[in-house]
Amino acid sequence: MNQPRGTVVIDTERCKGCELCIEACPPDVLVMSTEVNETGYRYPLLQSGCTGCTACRMVCPDQVFEVYRFDARGA
Amino acid sequence: MTQELRIVPTDRPPADGKARKVADFRPSLMLGEHGLCPGCGEPVALRILLETLQDLGIVNNSIGVVGHGCYGSFVRIMDVDVLQCLHGRAPSCATGIKRMRPQTAVFTMQGDGDMVNEGLQEVLHTAARGENVTAILLNNGVFGDTGGQQTATTVLGQRTKTSIEGRDPGLHGHPIPVADLVASLDGVGYVARGAVGTAGSIARTKRMIRAAFESQLAGEGFSLVEILTMCPTGWFVGAPQGPDYLAESMEQVFPLGDLRARPKPSGAGA
Repeated sequence: MNQPRGTVVIDTERCKGCELCIEACPPDVLVMSTEVNETGYRYPLLQSGCTGCTACRMVCPDQVFEVYRFDARGA
Repeated sequence: MTQELRIVPTDRPPADGKARKVADFRPSLMLGEHGLCPGCGEPVALRILLETLQDLGIVNNSIGVVGHGCYGSFVRIMDVDVLQCLHGRAPSCATGIKRMRPQTAVFTMQGDGDMVNEGLQEVLHTAARGENVTAILLNNGVFGDTGGQQTATTVLGQRTKTSIEGRDPGLHGHPIPVADLVASLDGVGYVARGAVGTAGSIARTKRMIRAAFESQLAGEGFSLVEILTMCPTGWFVGAPQGPDYLAESMEQVFPLGDLRARPKPSGAGA
């Protein structure tokens, strides 16, 4: 049951900190960091519970999300 | 309240062999970084446009005609044949390309300042002539590239650099719903209005862009997809509030949906 359904890779260095992904995440598992990247923007961090729905990747203007799903629950 | 966050590492793909990549960072047609502001909606519109070209398999057979605005910088990073035209003249240039190369999928990418202020007659005449091209309008209600001045699609009451007290109909006139104007013309195959505020509206807008290109490939005439995009810089709101502002102001004046559906096939079946 604790097997995650999905995960994302976040290219934090390209993030501009607009926070659109935080609002868009249906399971609400993205939070903003307190640290900043090289260009001075805060960036999203992932908590456990990702479903791999790609909503973050849909809304991200800077395309910093790459989405993976785990196939443990069948196709 | 001070609950310990359980952060999952996201700096590299999962090592688990069962992980299946379902979405890349960006489509392979996007070659690099855009330089637009945080929270801008236009890169999202570009992404779904390029993904649609790839889904339809017409990348090598399409030519884009781009106007002038923030999105003008996309010509550097979109791996599609592109012509950049004078302000507002993209539909006319697209007309010429389509008439010389009728087998090519021709699309324009224009902002509201470009299409509605600077080149309103170009798009209306191109639509009325029934030119078989697709126009993509990125409508954010401000001249973003020049610093956020009011355009012809700025909604009443909206604050911009040149309507700092809010757009006043007595002083500045009323917004022009260009997609509704185009939808009322003969010679038009498909007109729709989408937005990029939420994941759901982005998915719907992507289907609209696909329908517009399918309409063009079927030779049904002029097609237009108006996409409402966020410009938090020009709207004086924070980037996270952009989608809410879009829904509360622009979507109330410019309702989303198909404004002119594709003609029904005469025979049975879809």
